[in-house]
Amino acid sequence: MRLLIKNGRVIDPHSGIDETLDILIEKGKIADIKPKIDANKANVIDASRLVVAPGFIDMHVHLREPGQEHKETIKTGSLAAAKGGFTTILCMPNTEPVNDNRGVTEFILSKAKKEAVVNVLPVASISRNQEGKELTEMADLLDAGALAFSDDGQPVLNSHLMRRALEYSKLLDALIIDHCEDKSLSEGGVMHEGHYSYLFGLKGIPESSEEIIVARDLILTEKAEARLHIAHLSVKGAIQLIKQAKKKKIKVSAEATPHHLLLDDSYLETYDTNLKMNPPLRSQEDVQALREAVKEGVVDVIATDHAPHAPDEKDVEFDKAPFGINGLETAVSLILDRLVNKKIISLKRFIEMISTNPAKILRLKNKGRISVGADADLTILNLYREIIVDINNFKSKSQNNPFHNWKLKGAPAITIVGGKKVYPF
Amino acid sequence: MAFKHKHLLEIRSLTPSEINTILSTAESFLEISTREIKKVPTLRGKTIINLFFEPSTRTRGSFELAAKRLSADIVNFNQTASSLAKGESLKDTVLNLEAMKPDALVIRHYCAGAPYFISTFCQSHVINAGDGYHEHPTQALLDALTLKQEKKKIEDLKIVIVGDILHSRVARSNIFLLQKLGARIILVGPPAFLPTEFKNFGVEIDYSLDRAVEGADAIMMLRIQRERQKSNSFPSIREYRNLYSLTKNRYKKAKKNSIIMHPGPINRGVELSTDLADSAKSVILKQVENGIAVRMAVLYLLLGGKERETAD
Repeated sequence: MRLLIKNGRVIDPHSGIDETLDILIEKGKIADIKPKIDANKANVIDASRLVVAPGFIDMHVHLREPGQEHKETIKTGSLAAAKGGFTTILCMPNTEPVNDNRGVTEFILSKAKKEAVVNVLPVASISRNQEGKELTEMADLLDAGALAFSDDGQPVLNSHLMRRALEYSKLLDALIIDHCEDKSLSEGGVMHEGHYSYLFGLKGIPESSEEIIVARDLILTEKAEARLHIAHLSVKGAIQLIKQAKKKKIKVSAEATPHHLLLDDSYLETYDTNLKMNPPLRSQEDVQALREAVKEGVVDVIATDHAPHAPDEKDVEFDKAPFGINGLETAVSLILDRLVNKKIISLKRFIEMISTNPAKILRLKNKGRISVGADADLTILNLYREIIVDINNFKSKSQNNPFHNWKLKGAPAITIVGGKKVYPF
Repeated sequence: MAFKHKHLLEIRSLTPSEINTILSTAESFLEISTREIKKVPTLRGKTIINLFFEPSTRTRGSFELAAKRLSADIVNFNQTASSLAKGESLKDTVLNLEAMKPDALVIRHYCAGAPYFISTFCQSHVINAGDGYHEHPTQALLDALTLKQEKKKIEDLKIVIVGDILHSRVARSNIFLLQKLGARIILVGPPAFLPTEFKNFGVEIDYSLDRAVEGADAIMMLRIQRERQKSNSFPSIREYRNLYSLTKNRYKKAKKNSIIMHPGPINRGVELSTDLADSAKSVILKQVENGIAVRMAVLYLLLGGKERETAD
């Protein structure tokens, strides 16, 4: 089947294209890109006044399946992704059981093949059962279809094990993703440590817990000549460390979430558990530094850290609520409205951070670009559409999102995965 | 003057005049507890639930007596005896109690913000009787009443608060309250208990009790919890005592008529020497006495005044 996308403003940071073009899709691949392509029996999507971008890739998603299907499933998470403009998502290994062996990776992939409407790529754990003791069989996991390795919210605290993981990953040219948190410093903490944690009487998570592990990882990555991706960067000190490391040509990339770019710790005044995540919302100074890092290119990627939780799990005392917020369906509009429309970053830079760069970091050669022969994964944006976030209309199984009722301008209009329109549904 | 809040969740959001309203109402209630028949009919027919998720004798008993002296009916629920031990959520517990149609819930909880959380879904008046490390509003109010009685006014007093400031809801409520009424506050303790960010609240901080106590009008000692030693907040009780115990020698440096306060329970010989605790300078039992009047005032202002204009 042929699909023709006509008259869209095509923006592809990879090739530098930014012009009105038609895109012809055949057999799931991009077959032609030209100013005018004849419809010739193809189904036509009129993309006038819309922006056509390479499919968005979310490097940080929790799909909860297997094991916590009451929060999210591969199916519902993928629907949320499609609605949010994402064509590819990476799912973190903190499922039950942990994705630490071929069996779980294959289960996720087979389930995704049957039920998911976007590409689902599993991240396997670095250590067995995320226990930080023994390495997983990385070669076997890669062979089964895992794309990267991370112990996610239970980061490897043993520096020797992290060293070995990075060394071994080099053999496989695999990517290690780290959630940087020294648990001995953050234990019991529920929000950013500082003025507001003292004001609200909540236990703090100090900046140093992130900075120390970032520093350690950079040292180990340099020595191992490995590739490291820092998940959800949140503090100024860690940003500076990454900036220096990039100058030294250490192979490191970093991501930031929309919530860390838009909200600070002062918002916690209402003890709203939908503002509880890890890393926590940081100080205004950190938020400014993170925005600066996004502009300067110290941060490479925008990722959601989509972490769905059931309503009753969040409807509790702040201390008792689980960390994490639902993010797939709000990320694109949030960044368009609050960063692109406000001219903090350009639209091109945004697309680069949410498609081009993730594809590059993940070595997805046929994604993150609009070129003949590439996968026909496309995100089409309507920059003029105004939305009001309504958590009750989420496709995700969970509603734990702090942006309810926010008015935002700019939204995903059409999501195409492998040449097939998956959103609107 | 009317008190316009529906709940008493924290001192921080009260105005000085609202605080003074509570204090003057409390002053007018003091006399009731000295009568032979210690009861007035003011809150007859009102039902109050004491919902305590942490052990407490003083505060719970004080609220109970305050309610009874105003003729309200009060029921105690505590965590171990209730269905919370069976895994019921806080919200379900409160909704079940609300179905019994109380007028007010007095909440003590180990999680900061729990009373605020309850106030978001509950119809009754919520009174915070201490939440985690956040606030303990009635304690600060009774401390202020005691200071007013002893020192006539709070403005310009030099008040030193000593101990585990970081983990003290009493310290927080007192910082906010006494500052609103114009006092000068110096916080004292080892660095682990005294993050420098506390300066943002407009107070001074000092690691030396010897220095801070000079010229003080009041010294408020906080209970030191022995389990903090396990997290290495300080090396030993012995060393803590050497540095931060209020002793006769240290007390001499304060103003002549300075008073010694403590929210209780005291660790005798640790943060406060026994001779000082029992001396005429100690107003610790006065604080307890005033606690009843302050809690009567809070209950009355929230539940009693028909003239109460609007709920917030």
